[in-house]
Amino acid sequence: MPVSAFLVLAGVLFAIGAVGVLISRNIIVLFMCVELMLNSANLALIAFSRALHVVDGHAFVFLVLTVAAAEVAVGLAMVITIFRNRETINIDRISILKW
Amino acid sequence: MEVQLPEVSLRMMAPELFLFVWALVVITFDVVTKRAQGESVGYLTMVGIAITGGILAITGEGPGFGNMFYNDPMAIFFKIIFLGAAFMAVGSSFGLTKQKIVNHRGEFFGLMLLSTVGMMFLASANELLTIWIGLELTTIPLFVLAAFFKDNKLSVESGLKYFIVGAFSSAVMVYGLSFLYGLTGTTDLLQMKLNLATVHLTFRNIGVILIAAITMLIAGIGFKLGLPPFHQWVPDVYEGAPTPVAAFLSIGSKAAGLAAFAKIFVNGLSAFHGVEMAPNDWGKLAGIVAIAALILGNTVAIRQTNIKRMLGYSSIAQAGYIMIGMVAQSALGLSAVAFYIFAYMFANMGAFAVVTAFEDKTGSCEIKSYAGLAKTSPMLSICMTIFLLSLAGIPPLAGFLAKYFVFAAAIKQASLEGGQWLYWVVGAGLITAVFSLYYYANVIKQMYFSKDDSPYRVGLQAPAMLVVLIGLAGVLVFGLYPEPVLRFAGEVPSMFGFVSP
Repeated sequence: MPVSAFLVLAGVLFAIGAVGVLISRNIIVLFMCVELMLNSANLALIAFSRALHVVDGHAFVFLVLTVAAAEVAVGLAMVITIFRNRETINIDRISILKW
Repeated sequence: MEVQLPEVSLRMMAPELFLFVWALVVITFDVVTKRAQGESVGYLTMVGIAITGGILAITGEGPGFGNMFYNDPMAIFFKIIFLGAAFMAVGSSFGLTKQKIVNHRGEFFGLMLLSTVGMMFLASANELLTIWIGLELTTIPLFVLAAFFKDNKLSVESGLKYFIVGAFSSAVMVYGLSFLYGLTGTTDLLQMKLNLATVHLTFRNIGVILIAAITMLIAGIGFKLGLPPFHQWVPDVYEGAPTPVAAFLSIGSKAAGLAAFAKIFVNGLSAFHGVEMAPNDWGKLAGIVAIAALILGNTVAIRQTNIKRMLGYSSIAQAGYIMIGMVAQSALGLSAVAFYIFAYMFANMGAFAVVTAFEDKTGSCEIKSYAGLAKTSPMLSICMTIFLLSLAGIPPLAGFLAKYFVFAAAIKQASLEGGQWLYWVVGAGLITAVFSLYYYANVIKQMYFSKDDSPYRVGLQAPAMLVVLIGLAGVLVFGLYPEPVLRFAGEVPSMFGFVSP
C-alpha cells in the first residue's frame, strides 16, 4: 500500500478528532476525541517511518502513547473532581469564568 | 558484527536528575512527617532549587546521551530562568500553603519541581521527540497545580479548561511534528536543517506539507504561550488557579514554549529561508500572531477589574513583545528574547508575589480593593509600583531595556532586503506599549491617589519578602547595569549557526 493511503486515513482521523473536541459537550467524549487526534499522529508517524526505513518514528509512537496515558489519568481525575463540585460534566454548564 | 553504541553520558543531566529526585524527596518528606511540618516542606523545596542551581553551575557545557541532549549557553540561560521562576513561585506560596493547602503541601511543591524538571529537559533538548516530551512534562503537572484547590469551583474549572486546551494543543503539535519528521526523515534538529536544504528536490509537494506542519506547530506552541487566537485559556486560568501557580505559569511555561519555538523554528527550520518558494514564511505567520497578541492583550487588559485577569492579558501582550524578537530571526533577536524573559521574570514574579500576599491577607483580587494601600503599606506599594512600571517598560528599569533590545533587533532585520513587513510588527508593538501604560498605571493610581485609607495593612512573610527583594534587585540592577546578563544573552544563539552575528 502506498504511504499516502495511511496519511489520508491519519488526516481523516485527525479531522474527526479535532471537530469532536470543538463540538462535543461531554468531557468524556472530548477526551476520547483528543485520544483520536494523538492516535492519528501515531499512525502518520508509523507510516512515515515505514516509508523512510528509519525507526525514529516507532520510538516516537511509544512515547506518545505513554504521554497520552498520563494525560488521561490526570484528565479523568479532574472530571471526578468537577463532578463532585458541580454534579455535571457538560462543558456548557462549567462556565463561571468569563471575560 | 560490532555495533557502535552511542555514548550515553548522564553527567550533563545532573541538575535535572537531582531536581527530579528532590521532588520525590519533598513528597516523601511530607508524607513521612505526617503532613504536620508546616513551612519546612517549602523551605526544603527552596533549598533543593538552590542546590540545583549550584549543580548547574558546575556541570558546564557539552553533549550528553548521544546528541539528543546538549548543554549549550541557551540551555543554561533558560535553566537559570526556570529555576529562578520556580524559586520565586515557591517562595511566594508560603501563606497559601499555611491557609488553604493544609494536607497536600508535599504534592504542591513536588509537582512544581517536576514541572521545572520538564522545562529544564526541554531547554537542553536537541531533537523533536525530547522537545515534545519536555513540553508535556512541563504542562501535565501544571494542569494539576491549576486545579489544586479541589473544593473551589473556580480553581477546578480553570484546571479543566487548561487541561482541555493543553491536551488539544499537544495533539496538534505532535501531528505537526510527524509531518516534519516525514519530510526530513529525522528528528534531530541539526540533521533536519541539513535535510531541509536538499529535501525539496525529492518531494514535489513539500511546500504544502511544510506549511501545514508550520501552521500546526505555531498553533501548538501558540497555545502554550497564550498567543491569539489560542489565548482564551490564559485569563481564565490566571484567575482561577492558585496565584503562585499563575505566576509560575506566566514565566516558566512561557519560557519553555519560547525555548521550544526557538529550537524548532529559528534553528531547525532556518534552512527554510533558502528554499525558493517561501522565504521567511513562518516568520510572517508568527508576525501576524504577534501583532494580534499585542493588540488583543493590551486593549482587553484595560477593561479588567480583577488584577489576576489583568496580569493574564498583560502576559499575552508580553508574549507578543517577545515574539517580535523571535520573528526577527537573527542572533540579535534571540539574545533580545533571552534578555526579555530574564527581565520579565523579576518584574512579573515580584508583582505576583505582592498580589499573592494581598490575596492571602484580604481574600480579594479586585483592583478596586487596592485603593489607598500606599497609606497603610507604603513599602509594599512602592515595590508593586516598580514592578508594574518595569512591566510597562519605563526607564531606567530592566523592562525598558528588554523592550528596547527587542525592537532594535527587529528594526535591524527590517532594514534588510525583504524584511519590510517587520516594521508593521514593530509599529504595533510601539503603539500598544502606550496602551499598556494605562492599565498598569491604573493599579498605581488606586494605591496612591485614593481619598480613603485602605482598611488593610499587608505585611510580607520572610520567604515572600525574599522574593520581592530578589525581584526588586533584578529590576533595578539589570536596568542600570545589564552588561553581565547581556554578555551571557549574547552567547545564547551561539549553537544556532547564524551566518553573520
